[in-house]
Amino acid sequence: MENLLERNPNGLYCAAGDFYVDPWNAVDWAVVTHVHADHLCQGSKAYLCTGTSEALLRSRLGVEATIESADYGQVIERNGVRVSFHPAGHILGSAQVRIEYRGEVCVVSGDYKLAADPTCAAFEPIRCHTFVTESTFGLPIFHWPEPREVLEEINAWWRANQQAGKASVLFGYPLGKSQRVLAGIDSSIGPIYTHGAVERFNRIYREAGVALPATEYARSAPPKTDWTQALILAPPMPKTAPWLRRFGDFSTGLASGWMRIRGTRRRQSIDRGFVLSDHADWPALVRAIRSSEAKSVWVTHGYRGPVARWLNEQGMDAHAIETRYEEANSDAAEAEP
Amino acid sequence: MKAFADLYAALDETTKTNEKIAAMASYFRAATPEDVAWAVHFLIGRRPKRLVPTRDLVEWAIQEAGISDWLFGECYQAVGDLAETIALLLPAARASSEKPLRYWVEERLLPMRDWDDSARRESLVAAWREMNERQRFAWNKLITGEFRVGVSQNLVVRALAEVSGVDANVLAHRLMGDWQPTADFAAQILAQETADADVSRPYPFCLAYPLEGEVEELGDVRDWQVEWKWDGIRSQLIRRAWRPFVWSRGEELVTDRFPELAAGSALLPEGTVLDGEVLPWKDGAPLPFTQMQRRIGRKELGAKILAAVPVVLVAFDLLEHSGEDVRERPLEWRRVELERIVAAAGPESHLVLSPVVTGASWEELKLTREQARSRGVEGFMLKRRGSPYRVGRRRGDWWKWKINPYSVDAVLIYAQPGSGRRASLFTDYTFGVWDGGELVPFAKAYSGLTDEEIRQVDAFVRNNTLEKFGPVRRVKPELVFELAFEAIQRSTRHRSGIAVRFPRIARWRTDKKAEEADTIETIRALLPREP
Repeated sequence: MENLLERNPNGLYCAAGDFYVDPWNAVDWAVVTHVHADHLCQGSKAYLCTGTSEALLRSRLGVEATIESADYGQVIERNGVRVSFHPAGHILGSAQVRIEYRGEVCVVSGDYKLAADPTCAAFEPIRCHTFVTESTFGLPIFHWPEPREVLEEINAWWRANQQAGKASVLFGYPLGKSQRVLAGIDSSIGPIYTHGAVERFNRIYREAGVALPATEYARSAPPKTDWTQALILAPPMPKTAPWLRRFGDFSTGLASGWMRIRGTRRRQSIDRGFVLSDHADWPALVRAIRSSEAKSVWVTHGYRGPVARWLNEQGMDAHAIETRYEEANSDAAEAEP
Repeated sequence: MKAFADLYAALDETTKTNEKIAAMASYFRAATPEDVAWAVHFLIGRRPKRLVPTRDLVEWAIQEAGISDWLFGECYQAVGDLAETIALLLPAARASSEKPLRYWVEERLLPMRDWDDSARRESLVAAWREMNERQRFAWNKLITGEFRVGVSQNLVVRALAEVSGVDANVLAHRLMGDWQPTADFAAQILAQETADADVSRPYPFCLAYPLEGEVEELGDVRDWQVEWKWDGIRSQLIRRAWRPFVWSRGEELVTDRFPELAAGSALLPEGTVLDGEVLPWKDGAPLPFTQMQRRIGRKELGAKILAAVPVVLVAFDLLEHSGEDVRERPLEWRRVELERIVAAAGPESHLVLSPVVTGASWEELKLTREQARSRGVEGFMLKRRGSPYRVGRRRGDWWKWKINPYSVDAVLIYAQPGSGRRASLFTDYTFGVWDGGELVPFAKAYSGLTDEEIRQVDAFVRNNTLEKFGPVRRVKPELVFELAFEAIQRSTRHRSGIAVRFPRIARWRTDKKAEEADTIETIRALLPREP
C-alpha cells in the first residue's frame, strides 16, 4: 500500500490527512513534535501541539498564531486520519506523533531520549508499521554515562570553582538542557543565576508545574554581586562575549552530548565538557527502534546514512531520509537542541 | 595506568599552563622513578617504534567491539583520532588498572616486538579488558604514538624543576640527546649534581619569536646584532671525545645524513658545539629548499647526490668552547670566538660563518632586507647584544624579522574534514587559480581562519557540494581567500607546475568573486628565473 507519510519539498507530509509534521516551510496545518527552533517554521496557518507545549509555542510564534493543542493520548481526527501525541522524553511537552489511517500506523518520534528526566514525561514506546527516528547521535561511539553521575560532576566542578574563587558559567541549550540541569544539580551549593534566554523558559517550566530551584536573572543582580560562589546558566557563547565580563574570573562548562568527543570538546575552548544529552544515544536509538516493532524505519537528521545501513544489515527495512532539521547540526555543540 | 591516565585527562582538560605544570608535578611527586622516566619520555614526544600495525589494532578493536568495518570507519570519521575511536567503541569497562606505567610499557607494550600476531592480539585485548575507558585511551595513545596533549618540553622541564629544585636550564639539557627511560635515568635527571657524561648530548636550542610590532620598538639599532635568517635545518654540530654528532632541532641525531659535516668537524677543536642551519650550498650561496628535499628523502647517499647537493653548516653561535659551556657569556664574546673557530677550520670543514649584516639605522636595514628573496633567505634575525644563549623560546633577546610573504587570491575548490580537534568539520582546503577557463589546484591550506570562519566555510561546504570522493568534497567555486606563502618553486609533482612553501590562509576575501581570483600566469611571474 501507499505510504501514509511522504517527504515533499515542505517536509514530512500526510496526504490522507493533509497535514505536515515539523514542516520546514509554512504550510496550512503543522503538527509540532516539540518547540526547538530547528523543528519549527513560522508562518503556517495553524499549528497543533501538546497541551504542555502550548505556552512554549506561543512564546515562539506570538499572539497572532493559530494554535490548537491536545493532551498526550488524546485523538484528533482529520479527514479520517487519527492523530495523537505521546511523550518523547526530549524536553517539556515534546511528543511523538502517532498517525493512524485505515489500520496503518506511523509514528514520527521527533527528537527523543530514553533516559529519565524530571522535567518532562518519559518516552513511551509505541508499536507501529513505520517509525520515523532521529539519528543525531547515531554512531556506537555515543553512549551516555548515567545522568546522575554527570550532574555530580557538575556539582563537584561548581564546588571546586568556589574554592578557587571563580564563577561557574555553564553553557547549554536554553530550552530543555538548562532546566534539566537545574532540576538535577545540588542547589544548596550556592546561588544560581541565568541568562535571559534561559530565564524566560524557566518561567514557562515553572508555570507548567516543573519544580526548579530558585534562579535569578543575572542582569538584574546588583553591582558588586559576589559571583565566585555562583552557578550561571547561559546559552553557548564565546568566552570573550561582553555578557560574560561582569563575572570577573570564571570557569566555563558545556553540557552536551557532543562533549563525548575530545575534538569537539577542545574546539569549543571551554574548560569542562559534561556529557549530558537530551537525545538518545546509540543503545537507546536501537532499543527505541526495536521496541516500535516497525516494518519500516525512516531515519532522519543526524547520522542517518550509517544508522539506516546498520538497520538494513540487521534485517530491517530502513531508509535514510534527508530533512532540513540537520542543517543546524553542522555546528554540533551549539545546535544540539 | 590509573595515575598516568588521570594525568593525561588532567592535561587534556585544561589549556592553562600553570594547571598543566601542577598536574605533571603532582604526578612526578607520587610516581616511582621508572614511571617518571617513562612519563617524561612520552610527554616530551618520544615514542617507541610502532609495535602494532594500525591495521591489526583496528581489526582487533572491531572484533572486540562487535561492529562492522564500515561502521568503524564512520566512527573514525566523526572522532578523527584512532586511539580515541577505539576507546569509545570498546565494550563498557568493568575494571580499572592500578599497575604502574612501567609495567604497561616494559612488560606489555615493548615485548610486542618479539611476539607473533596471536600473542600480540591476546595481550592487547586482555589489556583493554583490564582497563577503564580513560586508561584504554591513554594506552591506545601509547600504542599509536600520537601522544599530543598540548605539553611542550619546556612545560615538562618546569614541572620537573618544581619537583626537584634543579635549575630548569640544567634539566632541559639533561633531557636532550639519546637517553633511555630507566630508573637510573630518572635519578640522573633529578640529581642535584650537574656532571653530565653523555658526550653526544646537545644543548636546548634557543628559539626566536617573530617580530610583531614595528622594528623601531626594539630601541637603538646599535643594541642589536643582525644576521640573515637562513631557511635550512636548524642543527647543532658537536665535537666531543674526537667524535662528531649532528643534532637537528627535532632532536634527531642526523650525523649520518650529513657526512660532509661529520668529516669537517675533525677540523674543530675538541669540546666544541656550534649552532647553525644546515643548508644545501653551492658556489657561495644556498640552493633552493627543494634541492634539500631531494637529499633528505634518501636512505643511501650516493656520490652523485652528494656532489649535486652538498651541504654546509651556516654557523651563527658557539655554545661550548674547549669543553666549557659558554652559553652564559655575552653574544659578542661568543661571536668573536665563533669567527676564530670557523676561520681556523677553513673551507674544507663545510662550515660557513653566518655574516653579520651592518646598518646604521633601522631604515637602512629595511632596505637591505629587500634583498632577502634574491639571497634565498627568509629575512633577518635580530639578536640583542650582551644577551646569553637562552633555553627554548623566550621573548626579548632573539627576534625573527621576516620579509612579507607572497600572497595570491585563490578559490576554494575541494574540502575535507580535519582530524583531532577539527574532526567532523570541513577544515582542510584545496585552492585553485585560473588557468584559461579552468581552476587548477594550486595549494592546500589548513590554517589561518578563526573558529567562526571555519564554521561558516563548513556550512558552505555542506550546502554547496558538487561531488564527493570519499571524504573529499568538490564544492561550488565561489569563496575566495588570500593565501600567503614563503617561497615558490617549479614542481613536476604538482598539476599547476608550482610548489609553494608554508601556504596558509591570510584572510577571507568576501569582497571578491571567484572570477577575480588570480591566474596561474600571475603566479608563474613570481617564480625565480631559471638557473
